[in-house]
Amino acid sequence: MSEYIEHDQTSVSAGLVEKKFFTFAGSPDEMPLESGAKLGPITISYETLGTLAPDKKNVILVAHALTGDAHMAGVYSTEDTKPGWWDIMIGPGKGIDTDKYFVICANILGSCMGSTGPSSINPKTGHPYGFDFPLVTIGDMVCAQKKLLDHLGIEKIFSVIGGSLGGMQVLEWMVRYPDKVVSAIPLATTTKHSALAIAFNEVARQAIIADPNWCGGNYYGGKKPDMGLAVARMIGHITYLSDESMRMKFGRKLQDKTDLSFDFSADFQVESYLRYQGAKFVERFDANSFLYITRAADYFDLEKKYGEGSPVKAFSGAKAKSLIVSFTSDWLYPTYQSKAMVKAMKKNGLDVSFCEIEAEWGHDAFLLPNKRLSNLIKGFLEGVRRENGY
Amino acid sequence: MKTDIDQMRFDLRIIASWIEPGSKILGLGCGDGELLHYLKVHKKVRETGIEIKESRVATCIEKGLSVLQGDINEEILDYPNDCFDYVILSQTLQQVFEPDALIKNMLKVSRKSIVSFPNFCHWKIRFQILKSGHVPRTRELPYAWYDTPNIRVLSINDFRRFSKEVGFKIYKEAAINAFDDGKKGKVVGVMPNFFASYGIFMIGKY
Repeated sequence: MSEYIEHDQTSVSAGLVEKKFFTFAGSPDEMPLESGAKLGPITISYETLGTLAPDKKNVILVAHALTGDAHMAGVYSTEDTKPGWWDIMIGPGKGIDTDKYFVICANILGSCMGSTGPSSINPKTGHPYGFDFPLVTIGDMVCAQKKLLDHLGIEKIFSVIGGSLGGMQVLEWMVRYPDKVVSAIPLATTTKHSALAIAFNEVARQAIIADPNWCGGNYYGGKKPDMGLAVARMIGHITYLSDESMRMKFGRKLQDKTDLSFDFSADFQVESYLRYQGAKFVERFDANSFLYITRAADYFDLEKKYGEGSPVKAFSGAKAKSLIVSFTSDWLYPTYQSKAMVKAMKKNGLDVSFCEIEAEWGHDAFLLPNKRLSNLIKGFLEGVRRENGY
Repeated sequence: MKTDIDQMRFDLRIIASWIEPGSKILGLGCGDGELLHYLKVHKKVRETGIEIKESRVATCIEKGLSVLQGDINEEILDYPNDCFDYVILSQTLQQVFEPDALIKNMLKVSRKSIVSFPNFCHWKIRFQILKSGHVPRTRELPYAWYDTPNIRVLSINDFRRFSKEVGFKIYKEAAINAFDDGKKGKVVGVMPNFFASYGIFMIGKY
């Protein structure tokens, strides 16, 4: 997901929001992970917007993507000029209307934005985990979110919504906790990474691992593998755009110069853009978290885990009504992957809607201002509300 | 958001009157979801629509309808047998490349299907051909030969013959004339293949 998002300055903001923390799985009740390892204590950072209805039936869980955080919308103070990552979608009267819904977003397990991850202190050593942190999966992330909802006394989620890696969490929720989810909106996502997606992630990971500062993941307190992480981010950004969007945005335009410099400085605008994105990213993100989360994304295989390889079998236990959205220019999770999910859901008699939105902005399209997407989400949620008599 | 029955296309009103409340329905080529929305609100049906055009799919989903973007000929293949009470194909049959395959698939996934289409043997069309020597253009079929989406030219009688050839049962039929952009209309009782501009059939497996 992009480093900066074009915010609609004229729109109504979700207002002030506060980051909260929930800690669980303290010794001896560590959380068992899919890998077989155990992890605890676990802290999950989260934020909420809107008001929880007395019957607790208006809960929306928003799942963030690879490098996102719990700060989905709103600002931390009146001086704060940078609203949350999905401010265009979440707020009063917006696609996800905070006047109606109680919206929760939690930072994923393994991340570095307030939840437990490789940069957290290992209670056994008193030092950051580094590579001693166990591999976590999308399933483990969802399991941690479930613990948070249990803690908040929420038994049923009205809708779970997320794009990209967030969409994987949505699918996992649908299948893992079918009775807890009334509706689901997986956006620009997949039930399993293609070889192409794994390949990009692997190149990104190797860039970090090859950085001499990475030191086997044990770089905390010293120099960080910034160059490796920046390159990893640059690779990510190529996958979030598209041939069309790069042609429109950059073409072969030069950056602050009229002619080629005949050296290796950033001549082209696209180079300058990628370098900027990489440099911004290392200020806020931990390289090890990037390794762990991309691995979780590559390991995610809903069909293998729940259907012995069959997508139809994988969704056989699901119940939620869903809205699946893909974008025409998304080459990271192309439409055929969404259509395969739709097919499997149809074969199970599930109530599913699907729309492929014409958008030239590639995979990142779900994060950009898009009236069609906002209206689709709004209308779908309203429909579910009416059907359930809320 | 309510769909008033008086605002709905006349042929859709006839179709709506044939649907039992609470049914499970598949609308093929459902457009902006006019019929499905009416049936959802007034007959409490569980609806699914299939529509190829993104903007129309979006309009349907915004209304709270369950609609899938895709090609009706392909999308219908994914459903289990007898999954729906009714499959509706309204004024689309004449645009389908393989009508017999589609009808067979409709019959497979539903208890009953409803098909409506413009009657190409309406008297005005017959006279136009005789008089002008040109391929006819009417209010119902306003296209020229080179840009018409209506690639399958059929009449009410042709559909009846088709039912015997393909082997399906006709449960109910109505022949209508529509006017005022299809908003108003009346049922044609006498010589429908000559006087009616549309035919509507409820069909099923033997």
